[in-house]
Amino acid sequence: MPSKKLNLRKRYELLTRGMGWETTHQKMDDVFPYDTFEGIKITDWDKWEDPFRLTMDAYWKFQAEKERKLYAVIDSFAQNNGQTNLADASYLSAIKLFITGVTPIEYAAHRGFAHLGRHFRGDGARIACQMQAIDELRHQQTQVHTISHYNKHFDGLHDPFHQFDRVWYLSVPKAFSEDALSAGPFEFITSISFAFEYVLTNLLFVPFMSGAAYNGDMATVTFGFSAQSDESRHMTLGLEIIKFMLEQHEDNLPIVQRWMDKHFWRAYRLLALVATMQDYMLTNSPMSWKEAWDVYFVENGGALFEDLSRYGLRMPKYHELATAEADHISHQVWSVFCSLGNATGFHTFLPTEEKMAWLSEKYPDTFDKYYRPRFEYWAKQQAEGTFEFQKGLPQLCQVCQVPMVFTEVQTDPMQISYRVTEHGGDKYHFCSDGCKDIFEYEPEKYVQAWLPVHQIYQGNCGGATIPEVLEWYKFSPDDTGDYIGSRDHARWQEWKGTDAMVKQA
Amino acid sequence: MSIEISAKSIQPIRLSYGNLEERFGNKKPASRYQEAVYDVQPTANFQFRPIWDKNHEIYDKKRTAIVMEDWYSFADPRQYYYGTYNITRSKQQDVAEHNFSFVDKRDLFDSVPDAVKQQVRDILVPLRHVEWAANMNNCQITDECYGSNFSSLAMFNAMDRLGMAQYVTRIGLLIDKNEETSIDAAKIAWMEAPEWQELRHAIEDMFVLDDWFELMVAQNFVLDGLIFPLIYNRFEKKLTKEGGATVAMLTEFMDDWYAETVRWSNALAKVTVKESDANKTLVSEWVAKWTSRLTAAVEPIALKAFGAEGINELAEVKQELLTRLGKQGVTV
Amino acid sequence: MSDKKNTVFLILQDNEDARPIIEAVEVDNPEANIQYQPGMVRMECAGKLVVNRETVEEQIGREWDVQELHLNLVSLAGNVDEDEDQFELSWH
Repeated sequence: MPSKKLNLRKRYELLTRGMGWETTHQKMDDVFPYDTFEGIKITDWDKWEDPFRLTMDAYWKFQAEKERKLYAVIDSFAQNNGQTNLADASYLSAIKLFITGVTPIEYAAHRGFAHLGRHFRGDGARIACQMQAIDELRHQQTQVHTISHYNKHFDGLHDPFHQFDRVWYLSVPKAFSEDALSAGPFEFITSISFAFEYVLTNLLFVPFMSGAAYNGDMATVTFGFSAQSDESRHMTLGLEIIKFMLEQHEDNLPIVQRWMDKHFWRAYRLLALVATMQDYMLTNSPMSWKEAWDVYFVENGGALFEDLSRYGLRMPKYHELATAEADHISHQVWSVFCSLGNATGFHTFLPTEEKMAWLSEKYPDTFDKYYRPRFEYWAKQQAEGTFEFQKGLPQLCQVCQVPMVFTEVQTDPMQISYRVTEHGGDKYHFCSDGCKDIFEYEPEKYVQAWLPVHQIYQGNCGGATIPEVLEWYKFSPDDTGDYIGSRDHARWQEWKGTDAMVKQA
Repeated sequence: MSIEISAKSIQPIRLSYGNLEERFGNKKPASRYQEAVYDVQPTANFQFRPIWDKNHEIYDKKRTAIVMEDWYSFADPRQYYYGTYNITRSKQQDVAEHNFSFVDKRDLFDSVPDAVKQQVRDILVPLRHVEWAANMNNCQITDECYGSNFSSLAMFNAMDRLGMAQYVTRIGLLIDKNEETSIDAAKIAWMEAPEWQELRHAIEDMFVLDDWFELMVAQNFVLDGLIFPLIYNRFEKKLTKEGGATVAMLTEFMDDWYAETVRWSNALAKVTVKESDANKTLVSEWVAKWTSRLTAAVEPIALKAFGAEGINELAEVKQELLTRLGKQGVTV
Repeated sequence: MSDKKNTVFLILQDNEDARPIIEAVEVDNPEANIQYQPGMVRMECAGKLVVNRETVEEQIGREWDVQELHLNLVSLAGNVDEDEDQFELSWH
């Protein structure tokens, strides 16, 4: 007699449900101590629906196939010195920011999802989180492996994890990820899976990886797209968890909405770094930040929130401001980096004429009016030998920790946006109403923030002078400063120059 | 257009990441294992205390009483990173998949004596709950441990346990032509049958242990050190003698898995107790406590599996475990 | 709420494995808009987009597991409904 045929849904249910049990010797609330204190009400965890039904055997099979393909590319990239096919070595500033700023948050996500994978009471939700926990570990590890070859040939890539814990601009991703890790499990998953993965991750990976392909970086495009195959599962988990919380109890809506507002803004501020990578660090950009924002947030995010409006969820607070800022933020953040290029672990460089022409075309309302004059002025100073990096350190926003560079784009784009609040007799400074709101809701959390500039002034970062701080960061002089004249630049010229060392085959 | 560049100009300027040069020198490139797992976890300047555990930093050495000068002094002898881990498991699952479909297609369970099938239902199928608990416990270790080599190792172990819980479930389904009778019965046995209750009680107590390294000892050293040799090896051999070789085909994954796992658990025990007398005392106490409790908890299952002979089988398995841990420097 | 249906999309890597899937999408979703971008192919459609196992199998002449789609998936938008016969994206 043949076995009864099981469809995918039923088979998956049998292989993932019913193995857990209602404990009798220990209270369930002691076994799962963390999934109620946030106020999210779950009446029936069995209503959890898995969008993807991957059992472990299928997971091993598919992931192994992805890994075989990926490592074949990584090996051949190294053997063939694939780095010489880049559009330009200055492009690597993007990769330097990526491995120091993004790879460590992949690891943070691994640990955060492991926490949820143990502590959610529902079996299905736990398994989904565990799969994501191991995927995130994959992303951290494959990124380290892919970028390893670049580290052998370029500066600024040698100590990403040491730097993540210390460097002034890396506290932006560090504070973002530790904000989520230190929150309860439902807030964590809203932050990472929904606000970051579903609403915004396309802005990080799709144009950026497509940009890597566009700039001859086959290594990055390979790990990036390979990681995206997992991200699609993660994004879907993000949407499912939001729907699940909203369907379980009406009291969950205001909590979820508040988290949505908060983490959209947190993640969006983090993406200011990505906007800069996309518009300025990529030698050739296939798509501007503004175009990516319009496609992936305005259009796609709009469709998403329209879909979720049946639960009463509305667009995140300040989304209109984010859309208005899309014309500005990449120029503002790149300006800060260029003015502090002596203290960045990647090389800065002024946009070329060609790049500025592209920026004028992509940002017709803002680039020529507000930003081109600044870059041209610095270029003139450089040509005359009078350009100097800034000596002082910028003030950081207490919440997002980005230097105070954002402006009042809706009223006066030349006016720095600056907010302040008092708590416990001290003044705290913010870049925006979004960040100020976040602080005011949980001041006890954000007063703890380890703000790198404060810490430097307090003498906790290796010393009182910039060279001492840079040494503490493990930034060598080869890592920092302008790309033109750097060791990376010199080696690139040596490889690509027309001298006898290079001949066209 | 391809460009040929003389190798001379493309000499690397460094061979490894900085943390690995500090650990292993700069004479040769670091291995992929080293690149993947060393020093990735943040160690300093944490931004916020967890709202759910205000006594600890996000990553905190004080979540265990074990003290290590360097939490990276233990290295996985298998050198697993995500890629090698998955590729290894994928080959094993290929074999398992082939075996499952062979047994299904040829109706091999039809020729297995009913008495053997009943033993599979009574002893093997309830182990899906034990593996499920092992999945939770290793996920707990991944969550609370210190260092990216530990979190990586524990994560792989957690997913292995989910995989094995699913293989055991599939045996339960296959034996009844995909009817759920066996897995339903096993759940009832797990919750109610006297022979499983002490083990379930011990496992529930493990769920609420405060110290993740104690959980590591209880789950991965002791409980696995009893269950795997006793059931997936000795009990399988007994079933084979009684006409149940088919079952052994379906549990080969577990037997191979355990042989592999012992390599790292031995290495971990050795490195940890060698670090200090205090560690040695702690690990030894935990081994004693959990060996005593879990041997007693497994005894009724051993008796059900082997009859009166179960006492001796379990005693031998326990002795093998203690001898092995003794060789690593644990006081037993 | 307007009658206009929001766009769902499916992005795959631009490689040999993805070809039959893209062709199957063309067959089963005649109104889909297919754009080739660096390294990837973006397929978008108003309201709903479906990949049918049978259509892919017709393209490649062998059995195809819907979950193989994951190997080359880059991104998507919409609610996912996956079973052994199809992979569907939709907005409600």
